[in-house]
Amino acid sequence: MSSYPPASPAQPTTLRQRLAGLRGPAVPPRPLDARALAALAANPGCGRRALLDGAGVDKTALATALGSPASFGQSQFAIVRGNSFEAKVKGDGGAELLRLVHAHLAPAAEPPGSPGSGALVPDLTAAGPEGRAARTALALREATAAGRDTGAWTLLDHPMLALEVAGSPAYLEPDAVVVHPDGRWTVVEIKSFPMIDGAADAAKVGAAARQAAVYVLALEKTAEKLPGAEVAHTVLLVCPKDFSNLPTASAVDIRRERSVTRRQLDRLTRVEELAAALPEGLCFDPETRTAEELALAVSAVDAAYAPECLAACELAFHCRDRARAADHVTALGRSVRGELGALTTVEAALAAAAGAGCAEDPTAAALHRAARLRAEALDAAAARPPHHLPENPACPC
Amino acid sequence: MSLLSTLARLEAVRAGRAQPLATVRHRHLSEHPMVLVPLTTAGEAGAPLGAMVGTDRHAPQIFVIPQPRDRDRRWAFLADLAVQVLAHIDAYADAVEPAERSETDPETGKRVKVETELCVDAPQLIVPSRAGIEYVRLLGRSMRFRRTAEEDPDNPYPAPSQVPMLGRWFTHLAERSRVPGSSMLLSATDLLSRHWATGQSNLEDQHLGALLGWIDPPEGHCGAAAALRAELGRDKDGQLLCPPAGPATDPAFDNKLLAPAIARYDAARAALAAGPGDDDRHVRSAEQEVHRLVASQLSNTWWNTWEAIDLLRALPPGERAEERWTRDRWSYTGHRDRVRAGEPPQPRRDDAVTAAQKLATRETEQVRLDAQEALDDPLVMAGRRLAGEAFAGEVTEVVMEWTESKRPSPRPLVTVVTEDRPQLADEGGGKVFRSLDGRPQSAQFVRFEEDGRLVLRLLDKMGRGRDPEPGSVPEKGDRLCWTLFEHDARGGPKLPEPEQTPWTHGGPPGSAGALPLPDSVTDEDLL
Repeated sequence: MSSYPPASPAQPTTLRQRLAGLRGPAVPPRPLDARALAALAANPGCGRRALLDGAGVDKTALATALGSPASFGQSQFAIVRGNSFEAKVKGDGGAELLRLVHAHLAPAAEPPGSPGSGALVPDLTAAGPEGRAARTALALREATAAGRDTGAWTLLDHPMLALEVAGSPAYLEPDAVVVHPDGRWTVVEIKSFPMIDGAADAAKVGAAARQAAVYVLALEKTAEKLPGAEVAHTVLLVCPKDFSNLPTASAVDIRRERSVTRRQLDRLTRVEELAAALPEGLCFDPETRTAEELALAVSAVDAAYAPECLAACELAFHCRDRARAADHVTALGRSVRGELGALTTVEAALAAAAGAGCAEDPTAAALHRAARLRAEALDAAAARPPHHLPENPACPC
Repeated sequence: MSLLSTLARLEAVRAGRAQPLATVRHRHLSEHPMVLVPLTTAGEAGAPLGAMVGTDRHAPQIFVIPQPRDRDRRWAFLADLAVQVLAHIDAYADAVEPAERSETDPETGKRVKVETELCVDAPQLIVPSRAGIEYVRLLGRSMRFRRTAEEDPDNPYPAPSQVPMLGRWFTHLAERSRVPGSSMLLSATDLLSRHWATGQSNLEDQHLGALLGWIDPPEGHCGAAAALRAELGRDKDGQLLCPPAGPATDPAFDNKLLAPAIARYDAARAALAAGPGDDDRHVRSAEQEVHRLVASQLSNTWWNTWEAIDLLRALPPGERAEERWTRDRWSYTGHRDRVRAGEPPQPRRDDAVTAAQKLATRETEQVRLDAQEALDDPLVMAGRRLAGEAFAGEVTEVVMEWTESKRPSPRPLVTVVTEDRPQLADEGGGKVFRSLDGRPQSAQFVRFEEDGRLVLRLLDKMGRGRDPEPGSVPEKGDRLCWTLFEHDARGGPKLPEPEQTPWTHGGPPGSAGALPLPDSVTDEDLL
C-alpha cells in the first residue's frame, strides 16, 4: 500500500498484537466492510477513524460508552425487503441475473444458458474469511479458465475478497461477481431502492458506486496474478423497476469512483504509524475502561471532523462535541472552513469581524466589511415600523 | 454559502441561538395553508405508512395503513388522502378574476393579447422537510398513471376514482416547487433556513426539530443543547423524543414498536380468516394499536411544522413576494385548465421542448428571485454589496446635462460617494439601476473621480419634457442604493413554437405518439 519504510524498526510487538492491545485483548475484531471503506475514503485525513477501524474497534459500543451514542441502525422492513429482493434476483440459479448482465454489458456475446454453455454457480463455502477468500480466488481462476475453454458464464454468489487497507486486511463481500466467457469480471450490486423511469436516487447510486469501486479494487488484486483476466470498470446495478418487485438493471461506470477511492486508500495514514505514535497501555475497550479513560484515549488520536461524518461514522457526535468545544469552524461545514482560510476558530473569526487583524489578512478584512454591512442592514430593518401579526385564523381563543 | 451568511452562523454559535438571515419574509404564506406530514415504510418505494393532513392545526386528519404491504389498504389510504387534499386544491378553482395573456395567433403568427381568467388565489401545501417534497413527487409518480375502474373496466387492480387525479396534482406541485421562489409546495426546513442562520451546518439544518431548537430554544436552554436533544434525545425505551420529520421513520421505532404491532395485526387477521365466527374485535384493537403508534410519530412533526409557520408569519412579508405568488396562481390556473380539458397525465419524461422551457423558466425565475429578494431586504442587499454587485452611498453633486438632439432630454450627472466596492470597469459604460417608486431607473457609470467617488449619468424615468419631472432626479444628500443587476428578469431567447420543433429535438408534439401506458402491475408488487 505505501512506499514508506516501516515506521519504527525496533517495534517490541507485532502490529497484530499492538492492535489487539488497543482493542482490548478479549475483544474480537470487527471486520471492515465496503461501506465503511467507502466512508473512510470520504474522509481520508481522519486518523481516529483509520486507527479505530483498522484495529477493529466496535465504534458503536465505544460511542455509547463515551456518552454520544450513534443513531445508526437499519429498519427490519428495509432488511427484509433487501434480502427478499436479492433472493428473487438470484433465484433460479441466477438465470435472471445473468440475463441482465448479458443484456446490459455484453449483448454481443453468446447468451448464458444457451446450449453448450450452461452457467456455472460454484459453491464458495469455506471456514473463516481467509478460507472463503482463498476459495473465491480459486473459483475465479477456474471460472476464467472455463470461460476460455468452454465459453461458460460463471456467477459467484457472495464471494469473499481480501483487500489490504492501511496495513490491515479487510474482507469484503460483494453481492455477486459474474465471470464472462472472455475473462472479464463484473461486479454486481443488488439494491432495493427503486429505479423509477430508468432513474434512481442519485445519492444512493453514488453510494452504491463507491461501494462497488472498493470491490473492483479488491478484485484487481486477484486479477493481477491471473493472465487473461480483467476486471470490468463498469458494474451492474440491479434495482426494482418502478413500484414493482421486478428487477431492472443499469450499467454504472465507476472509473472515477475507483480512482478516487484508490488514491484515498493509498493516502490513508498507515495504521502502523498511528499506532506507533500512541502511548503504551492505551486501550479502547468499553468493557474495562471508564468513560474518562476512553475519552482520553480517543483524544490521543487526531480526528478530522466535518458534518458529513454524521451520516457515516458512529463516533461523529462525540467528534462534533469536541470540535464545538474546541471552537473549530469546521463544525459549521467544510465550505465554511474553506471560506475562512486561516481563521480556524469561531473566536478568531468573530474577532476578525470586529476588526482584528484586518491589515494582514484579506479574509479578515472581508469579514470585517461583512460585519459592518450586516449591522447596517439590521439597523435599517429595526428602524422600520413594526409588523403587526395577523390574527391567527385557526386559533379559537 | 456567502460570507455574510457564514458570519451569521458564527454569530449564532456565539449567541447560542439562530440569527436572522432576512428581515422580511421572502415566501408567500397562504392564510390557510394545508400541512401534510407523510410517513413511509422503510425500504418500500411508494408504500406509505401514514399521514397527518389538514388546514387546522387543532383538527388534523390522521390516516394510517395497519399493513403497508397490503395493496387494498394502500388504495384506501390514498383515496382518503385524495379526498382531503383535492378538496383543498379544488376550493380555489372557481374564484377567478379576468386577466390577459399573450398568445401566438395561429393565423397571423403574431403575439396577441387574449382575455382569460386567473384564479384569485391558489392552494398551498407545506411539508416538514425537503425529503417530504421528494416524497410528494414520488407519490405523484406512483399514482398518476393508475387507471380507475371507469377508465379501464378490464383492469384487475383498479385504483379508487380520485387517486390518479391526486397523482397529477402532486406531480404538478412537486414540479412547481423546483421553480425558484415558488410557494405552492414548501418545506418547513427550507423556509426556516432561508430566514435564519443557525450555529450548525447546512446538513444538520435538514432536521426540523434541531432547526427549531436553534431558532426558538426553550426557556433557559441554548440552541445547541435544544438541537442535540431533538437529534438524539431518547426516552427510557430507546425511542426518540423528537421523531424524525419523515417520511422515513426511526429504525428503533420500526424494529421495537411498529414491526411487532404490525405482526399482531397480521396474526389477528389470519386468525379471523381461519377461525370460526366473525368477531373482528382483535383485528380492530390491533389496528388501533398501529394507528396509535404511527400517530405518535406524526404529531410532534405536525406541531413543529405549524410552529415554523408561526415563526414565519411573524416576519413582515416581502413586497415582491406577492408578485411571485401571482406566478404560482398562473401555474395553478394553467394546470386546472389542463385537467378540465381532459389532457392526459404528465408524461414519465419531459420531451425536449418541455424540458427546455422548464429549464429556461427556472433560470429566469432564479435571476428574478435574487434581484427581488435583494430589493425587498437590506440584509440580502448587503450580501450583494459585499460581492460588489451593488453599492449604497450619498449623492454629493448633481449637474444637469441634456442630450444634443432637437428636443433635448435630461441626462443629469450624479456624483455618489460610497464605501462599497462595486465591480465597475474603470473606463465606464456599465449600467446601474435604482428603485424609483418600485420601478427601476437606469444610469450609466461614467468614471471614478480621483477621490474614489462615482459619476453616474441618469438615463430614464424623468418624463418627456426638457426638465425632469419632480422627484425623478436624486438630490444632494440623498442616500441611495444602486445595483449592477437588472431588477426584472429577462428571459433568454425565445424558444421556437412547438410546431416548429426540429427533429433533432424530438420533432413537433404528437410525433412521438402514444399516450403513456399505466405501470405494469403484477399480482404482488411488494416483496
